[in-house]
Parts: sequence; C-alpha cells; structure tokens
Amino acid sequence: MTDLADPHVSGAPGDPPDAPDATHASSHVTSTGISNEKLAMWVFLGSECLLFGGLISTFLLYKEKTADGPKLHDLYDIGFTSISSFVLLMSSLSMVLAVSAIQRGDHRALRSWLLVTALLGSVFISGQAYEFKEFLNEGLGFTTSPASSAFFTLTGFHGAHVTIGIVMLISTLILSLRGRITQEKAEAVEIVGLYWHFVDVVWILVFTIVYLIK
Amino acid sequence: MTDVTPAAPVADPVGEGHGATHNDAAQHGAAQHGAAHHGPTDRYYVRIAVALALITALEVAWSYLPVWKDASGLKSFVEVGGLLVMMAVKFVVVASNFMHLKFDDKVLTRVFYAGLILAISVYVAALVTFEVFGGGTPGYT
Repeated sequence: MTDLADPHVSGAPGDPPDAPDATHASSHVTSTGISNEKLAMWVFLGSECLLFGGLISTFLLYKEKTADGPKLHDLYDIGFTSISSFVLLMSSLSMVLAVSAIQRGDHRALRSWLLVTALLGSVFISGQAYEFKEFLNEGLGFTTSPASSAFFTLTGFHGAHVTIGIVMLISTLILSLRGRITQEKAEAVEIVGLYWHFVDVVWILVFTIVYLIK
Repeated sequence: MTDVTPAAPVADPVGEGHGATHNDAAQHGAAQHGAAHHGPTDRYYVRIAVALALITALEVAWSYLPVWKDASGLKSFVEVGGLLVMMAVKFVVVASNFMHLKFDDKVLTRVFYAGLILAISVYVAALVTFEVFGGGTPGYT
C-alpha cells in the first residue's frame, strides 16, 4: 500500500498546495471559521455530557441499594480496572499522535497509530467483558439489585461508546488505506479523535466515581 | 511552552463572525488550517500522557491509604475531595490538550463546558431534590 492518495480524490497529493477541495472549501465558509462538522461534533459531545451525567447520577442514587445481592465494592478488582484505565488513557495518546501524523502528511504513521488506538480500545472492551463475566459468576446480574442495574447500565453504555469508537477508527483506517484521507482532510481524523477522547474523559469520571470512591 | 511550535496568529472568530463576509471567513479558516500544522509536538503529547498516568497511579494509591480506613467526617471529606480534584485535573488536561481546546477556537470550549456545567447543575439539583424531598432513593424502599 502506498501513501499516495487516489488522484481522483480532491485534495490528493499532486494538487496545487492551496487548491481547496469541495469539502474543505465548504468547511471554511462559516461565520465562525470553524467547520460545521467539527462544531457539530462538539455540540454532540456537549449533549453527551447530559446522557452520562444522568447515568452517573442514577448510579450515585442507587449504589447502596444492593438488596440481597453482593456489594459492588466487594467485587471490584481495582488493580485490574486501573490497568484497563491506563490502557484507555494510552489509547488517547495514540489517537492524538494519529491526528498529529496526518496533519504533517505522514500516512504510514497515521495508519499505525489508528491501528494501535483500535487495539488498545479492544483490550479495554475485552477487560470490561471479563469483568462483567466475573460479576455474573459472583451472582451479580443486571436485575440483581438497583445498584447492579445502575452499574451495568452506566458501564455498559460507556462500553457501547468505546465499541462505536473502535468501528469509527477502523473505518478511518480503511479510508486511509484506500487513499481517501489526505492531509487536507486531516480534520476528519481530528473529529474521530474528539469522539475517542470524549470516551476517555468519561471513563476518567467513571473510574473515580464508581470504582475509587467507596 | 517549548514543545509548541509557533502558530500563525488567529483572531477571535466569534468577534469576527458577526460581521464577517464569506471571504473573511474563508481567509480565517485558511489561517486556522495553517495553524493546525504547527500544533504541539509529539513529545509534548507524550509528556501529557505520562503526567496523566502518574495522576492515575496517585489516585489509586490515594484511595488505598491506610489513613482512610473507616474514615468519616472531615477525613472522609478529604479522601473523596482529593480523588475528585485529581479526577477534575485529568479531565481538564485531556480536554485541553488531547482534544485541543487549549489551541482551538474558544467557542468550542464554551460549547463543551456549557453542556458539562448544565449536566452537573441539573443532576446535582436532582440528587439534592431526591435527598431533601424524596427521603433518599426514589422508587425503592
């Protein structure tokens, strides 16, 4: 696979340096100077704060209500979850390095870092699946108690977001391999990165509020 | 900051936006696009990641300090407060650096933190309401 983009794709290497492609040009014509796509992603992430705020609040309301089931803090493996958190944190580093790579036109590094990010995300999701299985083995299911329902809903929603993020990363990687991600379209990678970092910052909150605060 | 290469100066687009022509906006966008190629270096991002990893390690160590055993009152407040402060620092560091809020247009910072502050306000109000008027947890005795 070469780093040369499809010459039919607007903005590919070989175009005049300042030749604006259709997408890129349209992103410039805004009153704020911020592309609509990027602004839309930020508005979406702002609204996602409300979703996760609701889930975290529900967890805080019900975390002591364990009925006859096991207490959550008796089941947590903080060492294991700390490693998972570290993995997700490092995936944010690899993501930002992917954005940095495409901004300087390094397609090989972009693909490598996207792949690393997707792999680290997969490791995190595998860890979450393992944790859920262990909890089920200990008798803590989704309907065992209000606390367990709140826990599985919150962490499950986060896991779903990570999974969607992995799909976005792999899609971006495939587009890059097909030569559809040019340096001029670096913002597309940046927008995927914004989503990925948001998933990371949500986990920063979940890790502390759900796992560390007793 | 030595790891951030100089970027082209970018005027406040919010201020410009109200009276800007499309041409102005296009020029501004081009300036912003140019600036994107002169952001922080990879080494800068690695340093940020190392700092985040250290704070995470500190958080975990903090939660295991023997001094918090059966903590209540002020001790418990300090334990939870310390964890919340470290959590907030990590949140802001990721949002500012990895999500580029520090380097991007301030309107993005406002959009994101408006959502966050709205969420915190609404849910703190809801939690307090349940505590004061609902006797604790709604729908569960």
